[in-house]
Amino acid sequence: MTDAAELQRRTAQLLADHPPATTGRTDFLEARFDAGLAWVHYPEGLGGLGAPRSLQAVVDAELEAAGAPDNDPRRIGIGLGMAAPTILKYGTDEQKQRFLRPLWTGEEVWCQLFSEPGAGSDLAALGTRAVREAGGDWVVNGQKVWTSSAHVARWAILIARTDPDVPKHAGITYFLCDMTDPGVEVRPLRQITGEAEFNEVFLTGVRIPDARRLGEVGEGWRVAQTTLNNERVAIGGMRLPREGGMIGPIARTWRERPELRTHDLHQRLLKLWVEAEVARLTGERLRQQLASGQPGPEGAGMKLAFARLNQEISGLEVELRGEEGLLYDDWTMRRPELVDFTGRDAGYRYLRSKGNSIEGGTSEVLLNIVAERVLGLPSEPRTDKDVAWKDLAR
Amino acid sequence: MTDLLYSEEEEALRSAVRDLLTDRLDPAGVIARTESDAPHDVSLWKTLTGDMGLAGLLIPEELDGQGATHREAAVVLEELGRTVAPVPYLTSAVVATEALLACGADDLLVRLASATTVAALAVGLHTAPGAAFPAVRLENGLLSGELTGIADAVAADLLLVPADDGGLYAVQASSVTVTSQVSFDLTRPLATVTLAGTPAGARLGDAGPAVRRALRAGAGLLASEQLGLAEWALTETVRYLKERKQFNRSVGGFQALKHRLAQLWLEVVNLRAGARAAADALANGEDADLATAVAQAYAAPVAVRAAEEALQLHAGIGMTWEHPVHLCLKRAKADSIAYGTAGAHRTAVAELVDLRAP
Repeated sequence: MTDAAELQRRTAQLLADHPPATTGRTDFLEARFDAGLAWVHYPEGLGGLGAPRSLQAVVDAELEAAGAPDNDPRRIGIGLGMAAPTILKYGTDEQKQRFLRPLWTGEEVWCQLFSEPGAGSDLAALGTRAVREAGGDWVVNGQKVWTSSAHVARWAILIARTDPDVPKHAGITYFLCDMTDPGVEVRPLRQITGEAEFNEVFLTGVRIPDARRLGEVGEGWRVAQTTLNNERVAIGGMRLPREGGMIGPIARTWRERPELRTHDLHQRLLKLWVEAEVARLTGERLRQQLASGQPGPEGAGMKLAFARLNQEISGLEVELRGEEGLLYDDWTMRRPELVDFTGRDAGYRYLRSKGNSIEGGTSEVLLNIVAERVLGLPSEPRTDKDVAWKDLAR
Repeated sequence: MTDLLYSEEEEALRSAVRDLLTDRLDPAGVIARTESDAPHDVSLWKTLTGDMGLAGLLIPEELDGQGATHREAAVVLEELGRTVAPVPYLTSAVVATEALLACGADDLLVRLASATTVAALAVGLHTAPGAAFPAVRLENGLLSGELTGIADAVAADLLLVPADDGGLYAVQASSVTVTSQVSFDLTRPLATVTLAGTPAGARLGDAGPAVRRALRAGAGLLASEQLGLAEWALTETVRYLKERKQFNRSVGGFQALKHRLAQLWLEVVNLRAGARAAADALANGEDADLATAVAQAYAAPVAVRAAEEALQLHAGIGMTWEHPVHLCLKRAKADSIAYGTAGAHRTAVAELVDLRAP
């Protein structure tokens, strides 16, 4: 059993062998992975030690105190949050050995080729086709959309339809797609904020070796559930200090700009401040539950709460700014590598937060999930369950 | 760091209280009792306090209490809130107890711990922590005046009365006139307390800090009662909607209703975090003013909405006297005023985190 003391010893050893001051960033991160201190709950040899997940904080605190480089988890969030747990659960040994290390160090950025123009909330209705060649390789044709990081990604997790003659959930297979392959075309998708944080990805005759399939043929939906569940955890599981989220900038504006204050805005601000604080406490409670090995269903709701709060708070801040609220900082089309919800001005935050109730599962779909899986309410009658995908209305 | 979880001991306490309430409290009986002269369930109170020792949770062991904390009292209140139990727990074992703790009134605390005495703080239930409160006249050692809106006074043996000299006095209920008011919340009845030259007896201490501390604990732990109430309303409504068939379907399968319940669940989840944070802060004394103000600013609207949703989604049956949802709604609405409204607590938050009014 690896305990906190053992992790501290190993962390000290890593720092002694690879002093951050004189070790290159990538070298240090690779050494950390090889020492099993990347994600301590992963198996030995794959960046971990099979230790309790809660002990990661011990390692992180020691390394941060020593000024060790981190792997910029915001930039590689899709790889860390979604691709890695899915590869760990469903990957072959060869796949785990090949992908997890450069994924964790950030040398290889990942993106997620899930959403399609014709299949958004009804993700399982996707139409991108993967057809198996005589030699066993797959040829993929189709279009994906809302792909964060596709323009910087080296690899993608991809779901595609491999059997149109069975019901939609049954005919999907999960692949690891090389973004440098011929036939992969990434085009910026300019959005409401003016910038192009996302992409459209066109797949034309892309060849994927069968060794890059993750899980069994036709099992892609089940594999994707792992990705999607982890996506919601990644979105909701952040640890925030008080005023750490969207409420921070508006609280600062309120304190610094007394001339903007009105009684109506004050009441609305206080209501949202309280709501943001209890949502933060809920996130903290979820984290404590996970750390003590009793995960609760709260995670399902965290994303819903933050989406609504972000929208209401940023909307209030635009109003609070009055005349300035009529202005916008910059409509230039940019290609950010990071998603930054709070770094720009109030108008940007307002517009960008509109996506919070759409991306990663719409709030309406998440409410259904809470109602059915947490509260146990019946699902609505469905007309697509036993119908072959090719016969569905599109 | 704030501990927002429940310990094993707290879960064991919860089970014990829940088992007792399941055995002993049926809604029809509660409804019948509210229309009698004795709205409180004295026998249930005796079991909770005598046999289980719960009246003394906040009282140190050397005074015959349990030496527990607000965290445990909060768990008891969650269960009492679930059942809208007609017992003076919040008023006597929390609010009056805190006032006596502030005054160092050890002999009275011993009596409260053993539950041979039920006490009520003679300050209107609507009073927020830190708000001004009325006091009676003290002249020549005699107290005179009228205090209104005193929760659970009809069940109290001992009243803690603020006087105009700034002191808090312990007055036997038998030496004053306690007149029931017609209360909106039938299960936490209010009364008028009239003192007509009652001997003041010993001064317990300064009323100001004692009342402030008592009301803060009341407000903070009320959030746990509201949590229990909201959770009951949600659970019971989910159960009912799964069972109830209309339009040849289970009503709970309609998305319009599912989304409402999912939204409510989310608010209850947030309320749990807020209520736990308040209980933990009161137990540790750290950040307690802010944690209780945040919890109370959030809790009341959620509890009211939960009860209102329960009524609407139970539809016709929810409007009847026989279904317990009305007890829940009346308690929730009264709780939204008790120990300060959400607005009063938001104003407190504004001061505490430096978000000043214009």
